[in-house]
Formats: sequence, structure tokens, C-alpha cells
Amino acid sequence: MTDPTISSNGTAPPKMANSRGIFAGRQEPVPLIFEMSVPGRRAGSLPPSDVPAKPVDELLPEGERRRELNLPEVSELDVVRHFTRLSKRNYSVDSEFYPLGSCTMKYNPKLDENVAGLPGFRQLHPLQPEQTVQGALRVLYELERLLAEVTGLPGVSAQPVAGAHGELTGILMVRAAHIKQGRVRKKVLIPDSAHGTNPATAAMAGYDAVTVGHNRRTGELDFDDFKAKLDDECAAIMMTVPNTLGLFERQIVDICRLAHEVGCYVYCDGANLNAMVGQVRPGDFGVDLLHSNLHKTFAVPHGGGGPGGGAICVTAELEPFLPAPVIVRHADGTYGFDADRPDTIGRVHGFHGNFNAALRSYTYILSLGREGLYDVGANAVLNANYLMHRLKEAYQLYVDRTCMHEFVLDGRTLRDHGIRTLDVAKRLIDYGYHPPTIYFPLIAPEAIMIEPTETESRETLDAFADAMLAIAREAREEPERLHEAPHVTPIGRLDEVRAARQPDLRWRAGTQRKAAATPAEARHEAAVQGRV
Amino acid sequence: MNPTDCKYTKEHEWVRLEGDTAVVGITDYAQDQLGDVVFVELPEAGSTVKQHETFGVVESVKAASDLYAPVSGEVLEANGALQDSPELVNTEPYGGGWMLKVRPSDPSELDSLMDAAAYDEYLKTLQ
Amino acid sequence: MTSYAPTTDQEREAMLAAIGVQSIDDLFRDIPPHLYKPPLDVPEGLSEIEAWRHLRALSEQNLDLDHYPCFLGAGAYRHYVPAVIGHLVSRGEFLTSYTPYQPEVSQGTLQTVYEWQSIVCELTGMDVSNASVYDAATGVGEAARMACALTRRRRVLVADTVNPLYREVLQTYTSGPDIEVTTVRAWRRDGTRLIRSESLADAVDDSVACLIVQQPNFLGWLEQVDGLAARLKASGAILVVVVSDAVTLGVLRPPGEYGAGIVVAEGKWTGGPPDFGGPLAGMFACRQEYVRQMPGRIVGATVDHDGRRGFVLTLATREQHIRREKATSNICTSEALVALSSTIYFSHLGKQGLRDVAELCLQKAHYAADQIGALPGYTVATAAPYVMECVVRCPRPAAEINRALLARGIIGGFDLGRFSPELTDYLLLCCTELTTRAEIDQLVHELSAID
Repeated sequence: MTDPTISSNGTAPPKMANSRGIFAGRQEPVPLIFEMSVPGRRAGSLPPSDVPAKPVDELLPEGERRRELNLPEVSELDVVRHFTRLSKRNYSVDSEFYPLGSCTMKYNPKLDENVAGLPGFRQLHPLQPEQTVQGALRVLYELERLLAEVTGLPGVSAQPVAGAHGELTGILMVRAAHIKQGRVRKKVLIPDSAHGTNPATAAMAGYDAVTVGHNRRTGELDFDDFKAKLDDECAAIMMTVPNTLGLFERQIVDICRLAHEVGCYVYCDGANLNAMVGQVRPGDFGVDLLHSNLHKTFAVPHGGGGPGGGAICVTAELEPFLPAPVIVRHADGTYGFDADRPDTIGRVHGFHGNFNAALRSYTYILSLGREGLYDVGANAVLNANYLMHRLKEAYQLYVDRTCMHEFVLDGRTLRDHGIRTLDVAKRLIDYGYHPPTIYFPLIAPEAIMIEPTETESRETLDAFADAMLAIAREAREEPERLHEAPHVTPIGRLDEVRAARQPDLRWRAGTQRKAAATPAEARHEAAVQGRV
Repeated sequence: MNPTDCKYTKEHEWVRLEGDTAVVGITDYAQDQLGDVVFVELPEAGSTVKQHETFGVVESVKAASDLYAPVSGEVLEANGALQDSPELVNTEPYGGGWMLKVRPSDPSELDSLMDAAAYDEYLKTLQ
Repeated sequence: MTSYAPTTDQEREAMLAAIGVQSIDDLFRDIPPHLYKPPLDVPEGLSEIEAWRHLRALSEQNLDLDHYPCFLGAGAYRHYVPAVIGHLVSRGEFLTSYTPYQPEVSQGTLQTVYEWQSIVCELTGMDVSNASVYDAATGVGEAARMACALTRRRRVLVADTVNPLYREVLQTYTSGPDIEVTTVRAWRRDGTRLIRSESLADAVDDSVACLIVQQPNFLGWLEQVDGLAARLKASGAILVVVVSDAVTLGVLRPPGEYGAGIVVAEGKWTGGPPDFGGPLAGMFACRQEYVRQMPGRIVGATVDHDGRRGFVLTLATREQHIRREKATSNICTSEALVALSSTIYFSHLGKQGLRDVAELCLQKAHYAADQIGALPGYTVATAAPYVMECVVRCPRPAAEINRALLARGIIGGFDLGRFSPELTDYLLLCCTELTTRAEIDQLVHELSAID
């Protein structure tokens, strides 16, 4: 099979994708499910009412009732084909290597999926009496204990459902703890390398976010700037460890000590916990709070953007402020909720957090066990350093040091050839890879942030490195190919300016076309509509 | 070369006196750095702006920048055309892409700003 | 022990040699030596067979709703999940993809989110929607913060008929910034019956950013919302409506029709099993003019350079990764897979199917109420129209009734003594299309047998 994307010099790049759906070249858009609608068409079936039915008018006054509802009218096969087709336009861990820095796109074990699908877990109402959900409560309780052990922070709540949600929970706990001690604090210190969620969280919790710089040479927090800005108005400092350059903050013990001297808490953004699993416990180096992204470190699949989990782990001192209720183990060995928590910040989720995600992480940790957890951090760091070693000649490093679970390449390496990081990223797609995280952290201009995770093999890392090196060659020899990439995807680079200037955020009934008689017509119609 | 009838801030706003009215916008350098402008948020007529304080936001697809007033005063008019055509900021930064018309409360404030030559020098330091 | 890392000892040695170090320990030199490799009090790993047995045994310690009749609603609702949904959402391409940052290889997720946004807008009668928030409860918190930002005011009113758990989250979400939340009484007792108070709008003045009401409310009945939006608008405030089960929108008029400015709805129960209450997915919709203050991810349609229709994340300058401390919220994750389940659910049911489900719930709940209301000592306390949840007054404390029912293998209703000390004798009962007549008749029989 000839691939239209082969370089003009006739040599095929190392791993040029050709036969896979998402890399099969330009395709017609999939019509919206609304555009497939045919009046009167139906899917599924419902039983007739087994209770004597009354006229609806008697039960609900007409004025309260809906007159119109524009949902699609399609058959079951229409639904299955539509969403199956759409799935084929997605890149995923199950099919390919996903080196997205800071996102820990590791393999999501299938056993965890089966466990999460057990009816004895799925068919539970969140308000059932405690004695009827002992198995579920035990899962949450034991997961919290396991996370406490791995992080070295004894107070845990799995109620937060995302990283940013855990951050908000944590900083509100910091706030409550200061108020309890009669301290008025105004600021939260945040390194300039931090994720945007950190300053956004501080602002949401009512604090001023104060930026602390970084040391250009070491890639770590600028210790002098930190000391200059640290005072008794600081409620917390939010540290990401390892930081977003993938480097361990070697001064973290001192940072914690100095912060504590002025009553400032140290919050650890646990986005990068994968590097530390089994190697070092954040609680041991002095961190007071940490959220753990269960969907990164503890293998919950990302689901196209959630659901995840953002369990918050804290010191014994901060434990009273955890969201209520907390899950407890009674003296008789049964489990229950304890809502009698006078210092709690309150509830952060409608029920008990993402139970179904927690279930996966619990299964994952039990499967790995102590030795397996150690292997997570060790192999994640090994893979990252191996890949970094293979790439650091062709692409300079932002900081040339042993990295942890990820590393950041400097895309400015190729600037002289008119190539930007975005071009490298899009060209990687032609080679069959999801691009790394790009343009983050903000302190590294043209950043290319690569996180291979521990579940990838050496062959996969080598093949990816070969692709990156081939792109570096192309950048010098035929840069125009990079500007036009990706070539192999169903769709080309999209007009994001148009999307933002003239937002089209939903289908509208007014734009409904006459239902097409055949799929081919529907596709044609969608294509025409797309051209406007 | 930037227009010589304007004064400039370090945050890349320009201001031009037209009779008693000060017209405010962002410079060609600023629009080039931002890329395609997709949205401009401006204060309503009748509100006041203060020199060196923010008066609005200009957004591209992947960046948002605060706008800093080069001069204090009452807002007489915000450029309504930018609502539907934010691209004017890119295509005519010193013309149709203007943002505010202000009645300056203290025209001498302009003396503290850079003239075109000084601004051009300043831009060289940013390369 | 299970390992998901493929690297063999031999490969590890070769990779270490390539890097130029002796051992794994050399890669961790930056960690203070006294903290490196702490002993972990974690059990030995389990094989797949052992882990499966352990987890299955734990699951069987629970009384699940496939085997026990349950009349709990109160914010979590069990509807039938069509078989197609599980098959489609467990496809690895949906399950194991990340947030669609690279649109060329993420059109699947992006288009499903656009379809979800469209469905949310249709259901709620609003102009625009986002990719979802964590759940309805946090959605209420986000809506309150958004209303404060839009109106530049700091007072939020919330009806006391809004789900008490949502109100708890609202308190937490507004505890950082200086937002004052005032609870407005929206019901009262009239003999044994509970009726709507007519004072909802009276608390509104020019300092109020928004009023939050739930429709149907926590007690199951329809709130009197006509005229409310106009009254709020006159004060420059916003009507926020929260819906705890999107199925009800299959029969009820959309909140956009009665003037809501922001609508939050729980989208979990339409396409997903109860899951012990999580993950959920909050629908979040608002009027067009508020879109730049809306939290969360938004997908928009655009074209590629050949004019082909495609979808991208858009209006991102509202978000934390660009605006940092000035962002509309810190949220970045949505609940994409739950939203996808819901999108498939609504596509599968279609306009008629959703109405049919809602009407089945309506019929069953009214049948149950009629039967229980005919029992001596029991009265139907709900005085206003309702869809699937109804309040009954019992001859003894609801907690005792629930205990007695559980002893007979039935998970009863929600004990409203947990909602208000005035209502210890009241039960909130829920029926959905999954509740059978036999289960209702069994409930009625057991209630009549409790002495």
C-alpha cells in the first residue's frame, strides 16, 4: 500500500502509519447525530405501564409541560454506527503510544474495568443505609489508607473528583486551618512553572496568587525569590514535585522548613506523583497537603477528559478540616460515614466523589502491591531518562539534568529552519504519534514535554525516538512538510481563529436539513455544510 | 516605524490626542505578538480609566492580555466595531482598530510616555 | 503480584548503560538519601485471579438495586441504561483518550462533546453549554460564582427546597471569596400537608446576584417559577435553575422558557447506573451573553483549510491554563465519559423515548402515592404537581419505617427528618420506569404490616 505522505525523497519514515483509521488520510466529516434524524424513527423499547395509567393532563398541568423537544430520531444501529465511527477518529492509549507530558498516559488495566462493572458496585444508590453498602465503604476506606501510606500523609478524602478539585479542597482546608488559629493570611506563593490550576485555585479560595520565579540554570524554584516573598501573610506555597520541567526540587526539605517557620503550609500538586511512587513520600519531606490524580498515577482511564479522581491527602494536623463526611472503620470492623466533623470545610461533591474511579485505583494498587508500586516510579523514571538520552542531541534540553518521569525539550533548537514546536507536534501525528504536551510549562519557550510512563516498552520508546529524529532531519531538509502537517488525519489543521471569533457551540433546529435518504447523501450534505 | 503623532506605553498601548479627545489602541508590535485577535473587552462609555491601570482585555486564540490605560479620564466611546470585527486590531492597529476615546483628566500625563522614536528604541531592547 | 511494566531485567541493564548510569538508584540521586525508598506498609501484590475474587466478594457484600426494591431518589435516580451504551463507551478509543488537545486526532471526542452541548441546550432551552462540570452540586457552586462575577454582586439566594447536599457544596464553593449565601424558605406545613410558600421573590433586592431554585425541587414537586425571572431581572439578578434528573426535562418545560439565566442539571442518571453516586456529570448551560463567564471546556465547530467541518476546544481564554488567577474557574477536567453515556442515551431514546420514560416515572410515582395514601395513618403530603418523587406522612418516624422495610428486604425512601427536624414523620419516595407494580404493591403491603 502506497502512503501519500512518504517524503519526497522516497524513503519512508521509520513508523509511518498507513492502515489505521485515524491515520487513513482525509475523510468526509461524520454527520451530527441530529443530522441523521428521520421523523418517527426510534431506537429501543419500553414496556407498557404496568400500573393503571391516568391522563397526563391530570398529573401535570399543561402549563408545566414541554411542547417541543428536538432530540434526534434514529435507529439503534444508527446510534451504534455513529458512535463507533466517531470513536475511530480518536487517538487512545489502547491503540498507540501517548507521550503527553504531565498527563501520565499509562496503560489502564482491563481488570479494573471489569471490577468497575460489577453490578454489586454499579447498582448502589449513594444514600442507601450504611449496612447495605459495607463492601463499597470498605473499598473507599482502604483506598484512602493505601494513599496515606504511599504519600506519607495520614488524612485522606477521596471526595474530590479531579486534580483541580483536590487543589480547591486543599486550599480551602488551608484557609480553614488559618482561620481556626486566628491567623489572617492573604497570599499563596506559586512558582512560575506551575500549572494554571494553581493560581486559579488560589483565586477561587480568595487568595492573591504571588508568583515565585525559577532558577534558569537548575530549573528549580528560585530560592532567593522564595525567601524574599515568604512572610507571615503567606497561607501556603503550592509546589509541584517533581516540577513541570520533570525535575526533582532538591531544596524541597528546606522550602518546607522555611515555610513552616512562618506558619505557611506547603501544598504539593500531585500531578507528577507517578515519579515518586515507591521512591519517596511527599509527607516525609515536609509537605502538608497533596492531591493525587487517580487518573494519572493510579491508572483510571482518562475517558476523553474525565471522570478522574483528585483524592486529597493531608497531615494529621490538617485532618480535622477534610471534607465531610469522612469514612471510618468502627471498632466492630464495620464501615460508616462520620459527618460529625466540626472543623470540616464542608462537602465538595454531591455524594462520595467518583466512587467508580476510586474502585479502579483500589484494584490497581492491590494488584501491584508493595513491589509493584516501587516498579512504577522506577520504570517511569528509567523510561523518561532513556528517551531523553536518545533525543537530547537533536533537540536541546531546557535543563540538562537527570530527569524524573518526564523531560522538556527546547523547540527553539529548530527555530533557524523556521520550524516551531507546533510544527514538530503536528508532524509527529503523520508518524502515528500523539504529540507531547507543547508550550507548557510557560517558562520554557517552545516547550516539548514528554512523559513516556512505565508501561511502555523499549521498542516503543526507540520507535518514537526514531520519529523525533527523523523530524529533526526533515526540519533541516524539507521544512515545508512540517508546516503542512498533519497529512494523514481525517481532517487538517483547523481554523481556531474562526472558532473563537464566530462561536458555533451547538446544533440548532433551524439548520436541520431534510433527512438524507442514504448515508452517502448524508455524508455529502455534511461535507457541503462544512464548506459553508 | 510607529506613527509619530502617538505616545506609547511599555505595555504597548498608544494614545493620540485629537483635539480634546485622547484615542487609545494597541501597537503594531502588540498585535503581532498576540496573533489573530478574536475578542476585545472594553469598558462602557461614561466609566473612568486611570493611567497605568487595566481597562480591558484583548484576546487571541491562546492568549489574553490586559490593556493598560495610557491616560486617565472619562471614557467617551468604546470602539463598537471591534465587537464584530476584532481583526481590525490586527489589520489597522492605529486606525480602525482603535479601542477607546477618552476625555483626559490630566493631559500632562502624556508627557511621561514614550514618543515614537523612544518606543522604537524600546522595541529593539525586546528582541 | 501484577506488573504492567514490560521492561525485563536485561533491557533495564541495557537502558541504564545507554543512559550512562549504573543503577536505577543513580537516577534518584536528587532525592535526599534518608528519604529514598521508604518501607511501605502495603500488602504484597495480587495476581489477577486473586484481585478479581477479592473485589467480586466485596461487591457481593453490598445489597444492590438489581436485587432489592429501592424507593430512594433524593438526588440520585436509577433509570434503565440501554445495552448499547456500555458497549460504546467501553471502546478503548473513547475510554483511554485524553482531553482533546490535538483536534486532528481527537475529532471523535470533540464531536461527541459538541453533540452533548447541543442536547443540553435543547433540554434546558438555553443558548450555550459546556463540556460538563463535575456534578450538579459543584455546578450550583460554579453558577453562584459566575452570577456574582456577571453582576459584580456578592449575595446569593438559595431556596431551602434545593437539595441540601447541593447547598452544602454551594457553601463550600463560596467560602473562600467573600460571597454571602442566604437560604430562602420555600415551603411550609399546612396541617399534615406541605405547601409552597409564596415568598420566593420577596427576598430579592438590588444587592442580589442570583436566586437558585431546583425544579422539580428536592421534595419532588414543581416550584412556582412564573414571574420569578421577571422579578429578578428588574433587580438586575439572575435566575439559576438546577435540575437533579435530566429525565424530568422530557416532560417539563425547559427552564429557558421561564427565564433562567443559568441552568445546571445532573446528567449522570440518563445513561449511567447509580455507581454509589459517582462519577456524575453536571450539565451547565447559560444565555449567549454570559458565555465568556462560563466555567469549563467548550467545543466549537469550525473548518480545516480545505473547508471540511471539524471541532476544536474554543473560547479557552476563559480558562485556567491561559488566564491563571483571572480564570472563570480552576476547573479543567470535565466528566467526558459520563457525558458521552448521556449523549448516547438521549440519542437512543430520542424525543419520543425520553417523553415515554418520563411519563412512566410519572405514572408509577402517582400510583404508589395513591396506594400508600389509602393506607390508614398515611397521607400524601405533596400538594403541588410532581413527576417521580412524592412526600408521604407516616404514622411513626420515617427512620423506623425504613428500618422495618429493610428487615423485609426493601430499601425504603429518604427520611426527611434528615432534611428538616419538622419532618421526622415524612418519607420522600421515588419511582422510576424501573420500579415495577409488584415492587410498589410489595411496599404497600409491608407498610400496612408494620405495627
